Amino acid sequence: MSLKKKITLTVNGVEVTAEVEPRMHLVDFLREELHLKGPHLGCEQGACGACTVKVDGQIIRGCLYLAVQANGSVVETVEGLTKSGALADLQESFMRHNAMQCGFCSSGMLLAASELVEQQPKASREEVREWISGNYCRCTGYHAIVDAIVAVLDARAKGQKIKPVVANA
Amino acid sequence: MKAAAFDYVKPESLTEALGLLAEAGEDARLIAGGQTLLATLNMRLSEPSILIDITNLSELKGIKLDGKCLRIGALVTHTEIEDSDLIAKHAPLLKAAVPHIAHRAIRNLGTWGGSLAYGDPAAEWPACSLTLDATMIIHGPSGERKVAAKDFFIDLYTTSLASDDILVATEIPVSDGAQVFCFQELARRHGDYAVAGLAAVAQKQGDVLTQCKFTFFSVGATPVMAFKAQALIDGKKLNEQLISDAVKVARAEIETIADLTNSAEAKQHLVGVLLERALKQMIA
Repeated sequence: MSLKKKITLTVNGVEVTAEVEPRMHLVDFLREELHLKGPHLGCEQGACGACTVKVDGQIIRGCLYLAVQANGSVVETVEGLTKSGALADLQESFMRHNAMQCGFCSSGMLLAASELVEQQPKASREEVREWISGNYCRCTGYHAIVDAIVAVLDARAKGQKIKPVVANA
Repeated sequence: MKAAAFDYVKPESLTEALGLLAEAGEDARLIAGGQTLLATLNMRLSEPSILIDITNLSELKGIKLDGKCLRIGALVTHTEIEDSDLIAKHAPLLKAAVPHIAHRAIRNLGTWGGSLAYGDPAAEWPACSLTLDATMIIHGPSGERKVAAKDFFIDLYTTSLASDDILVATEIPVSDGAQVFCFQELARRHGDYAVAGLAAVAQKQGDVLTQCKFTFFSVGATPVMAFKAQALIDGKKLNEQLISDAVKVARAEIETIADLTNSAEAKQHLVGVLLERALKQMIA
């Protein structure tokens, strides 16, 4: 008896149908079946936040969510949100502030930050720190990441754009 | 690590879910937000043969005001509680507690009912439900029954839910204008499990508190109320001396147990620290 279940979901705007074992979590499905390597697996127990993706518009831990649970859902990863431009100012700001070294946490950080700037456009520095407290970075000490997010909040509040590090490269 | 194999079903109604649960027996696990369950599956601390996904059950959804009662469906997520105007107005203790629950990505999926049914002594909702005199609405093979929060949490990760029961919703009496509350939690890092916490409410008239409810969590096998400290504070003018006496009484009456990193003595000390902070905040 195969335990596989048929699922249909939208991933980065494309409808996908697949057969998956119920035990496969969403990030394994995205990485192994769809070859989307943006969402990372750090701890696989919900602690590190590297696996953050969006399901039906909300950030979730991709390792604490089964692919079968995503049946019928809209899933977005850093790849899709980069292409759509949804993360553009955050990405620009992360580069400008050196808000990464190894980059392992960056996709999760960017997605977590994107929900913050959408939902709490007036967030204080302290609230930014609190919001990203679920995402581990082992390189930067967080200050640069907080700086980058605060810069986007400020720029959006003033209707300004983050100046590109490399102009029209 | 990766989870062991299991089957998965997603019933469309409460009746169907109860039937599946009865059929599958003790090997089945209900899954709602799955924010604790998935971690235990990934670590193979739990190996159920089948997961019954209850997220389609409309009976378990939504926050409603029903007269003097707030009904919180078991599937209501922590984020829904965080963002709800009804909760902010009628159960402000929950609003104060919710930022302490993990992180937004986890709050987006984790549920009110899941937290209660799991009965983690370090969790916020069991303590809040005790403090707010909540009533659990449970459906099982023989129909609906109601259990008061004080009779619901039995032991470590153990509630009065039977293996073929489903927690459907919780009823909470709405707070009135004279209610004051305080939620205190000490954790190593924001969003981590509590080292110790306190969910407190009382009625306030001038500098007198009455109908005090002080529930400590992450100090024992279940959330635990400080009955003697409550009785001591009740109806008396709250001053430095009374606070200091209540701290001593609470430290003496709450039987703390150690966790992996914190001793029973440390928790006993923190019981007093939390109560002192809460009383000062509630009377301010």
